Amino acid sequence: MTAAPLLDVQNLEKSYSIGRSGLFSKRSLKVLHDVSFSVAPGEVLGLVGESGSGKSTIGRAILRLIDSQSDVMRFGGQDLNSISPARMRILRKEMQIIFQDPYASLDPRKTIRAVLSEALDAHGLHQGAARGPRLIELVTLVGLDPSFLDRRPHEFSGGQRQRIGIARALAVEPSFIVCDEAVSALDVSIQAQVLNLLADLRAKTGVSLLFISHDLSVVRYISDRVMVLYLGRVMEVGPADRVHFSPKHPYTAALVSAEPSLHRENRRIRLTGEIPSPLALPSGCIFRSRCPYAQPACAETVPPLQTVGDQHQSACLRTDIL
Amino acid sequence: MLAFISRRMAAAAAMLLVIGTIIFSLLIIVPGDPAELLLSTGGGSASAEAIANLRANMGLDQPVLTQYVTFLYNTARLDFGTSIVDNGSISSVIALRLPRTLEIIVAGTIFALLLAIPAGTAAGLRAGGKFDIATSAINALLTSVPGFVLGTLFIYFFAQILGWLPAGGYVAFATNPAQHLQMLILPSLTVGLHLATIVFRMTRASVLEMRGHDWVRTAVAKGLRRKRVVRRHILYNALGPIITVVGLQLGILLGSTVLVEFIYNWPGLSGLLVSAVEQRDYPTVRAVILTVSTIFIGINLVIDILSSLLDPRIRLQ
Repeated sequence: MTAAPLLDVQNLEKSYSIGRSGLFSKRSLKVLHDVSFSVAPGEVLGLVGESGSGKSTIGRAILRLIDSQSDVMRFGGQDLNSISPARMRILRKEMQIIFQDPYASLDPRKTIRAVLSEALDAHGLHQGAARGPRLIELVTLVGLDPSFLDRRPHEFSGGQRQRIGIARALAVEPSFIVCDEAVSALDVSIQAQVLNLLADLRAKTGVSLLFISHDLSVVRYISDRVMVLYLGRVMEVGPADRVHFSPKHPYTAALVSAEPSLHRENRRIRLTGEIPSPLALPSGCIFRSRCPYAQPACAETVPPLQTVGDQHQSACLRTDIL
Repeated sequence: MLAFISRRMAAAAAMLLVIGTIIFSLLIIVPGDPAELLLSTGGGSASAEAIANLRANMGLDQPVLTQYVTFLYNTARLDFGTSIVDNGSISSVIALRLPRTLEIIVAGTIFALLLAIPAGTAAGLRAGGKFDIATSAINALLTSVPGFVLGTLFIYFFAQILGWLPAGGYVAFATNPAQHLQMLILPSLTVGLHLATIVFRMTRASVLEMRGHDWVRTAVAKGLRRKRVVRRHILYNALGPIITVVGLQLGILLGSTVLVEFIYNWPGLSGLLVSAVEQRDYPTVRAVILTVSTIFIGINLVIDILSSLLDPRIRLQ
């Protein structure tokens, strides 16, 4: 990328402490290992991986909703690692998030009007007479009826709530949105509607997205680049179509082949075994325990991300295979 | 909303009728003749003439149904009859003493809420922290100390050693406002501190639960100030169970301030109940119980309406 990235993250790590093993030593569980990536202005970076791979953790760490450690975390020229809580609060106008669970992420006591107004008030936007039209504009934008404004979350279906969450994130016109499984709770027809909405917005406003999903086809549809995560490590990152059509990592290849398709020429790659416990990871390459191409060498070194094409990197020793 | 309130009011009225009926039945169900029982306190039995007189006086010679209707009619007019002991109007005694008890309870409750809600919120927000551990320990200690021990300690400390406050007694507000308020402090503190321990625990638990919800994270992600997240989102949602507990405790306090009133020599409603029970003053006992239950039901009605204002989902249930 030539342009300065909007978001730049280097060596992001996150550990949770999980009780004590001895009397004094705390055990900790590392859920993110050395994750580095950047997002250019107007770019959509897709983040895929199975449950527990650390996708949501990355999204929340960037927004400083949870603590994490990283060498570099910059957004629009501001260092997020050293930013004061007050500055971070102001910066939230630019960095929004659409949460995964539409049932849990809305305050049950607040009307939709209050939910949206509060976001606008927090940043002093659309005050006074401009408020009403803006709220109507927002709910219409996500395909809801303006008469819904005075209802509370329990009066809506899951899909409608998710759209309220999206309207809330869009309300402050951010330049970057983390979409944490933003469409996973919706049925397919609405998924397409919301995806198109996000794509339109991006074309119109140039908003950048970090699009987190376990659904590869959804990610490919909306993303410029895709990053594949397995147990908190980056397996492969590259342009969406390249990662999808010529994956360079066995894990990506397996994910792609598991996706239902009408016209598939190649057979499905079946992964054997369970995803290893994060407490007892295999040595060397963490994917080797389930990898069809694993060799003895894979147990010895952790494969680094190597360039395998234009903007395309993969963390696999066996570049000879794929 | 109006439908909800009228539904609740109808339920409250029905409940009152049931309570009135039960209280009335007690007198009928109790073995033996009340009039005879009342007059035989000395050990020897009273003359047949005296018993008949009292029976006529209490209306016990009437058919049960007539007695019941008369009882309901009089109760509805707030006419509780006269005391057997001194023939005074029970209604006016209650009207005199009820405000005194309410005064202690209201002052104690205000004290409890002002102390326990901020402390409980702070403890719940940082559960496991130093403040939480310290306050929870103090709270556990205070919960397990009965009111009369606390009251005695207060008298010893504030009245005997420090000499700041009077050890007890009562002066009407109209006579000497400053002294009245001074005397109110210790009883209210004793009642309030116990209530505070309950409210503290409830607030802490409720805030702790609400704090973990996803919508709290949403509120933070919106860019709201922490103060606003805590007050408008966490505390607002946590208030429901707190209000319910306070309401229940208020009702319980009405009947249980007796020890506190006794210790501080405060002539309230509980004292009236105790002496009436001692002297087998049935009409007075009945009147006090009815008054307390009515207030209890009234408080519950208010709590229901408050809760439904806080959380409109309740109205649908």
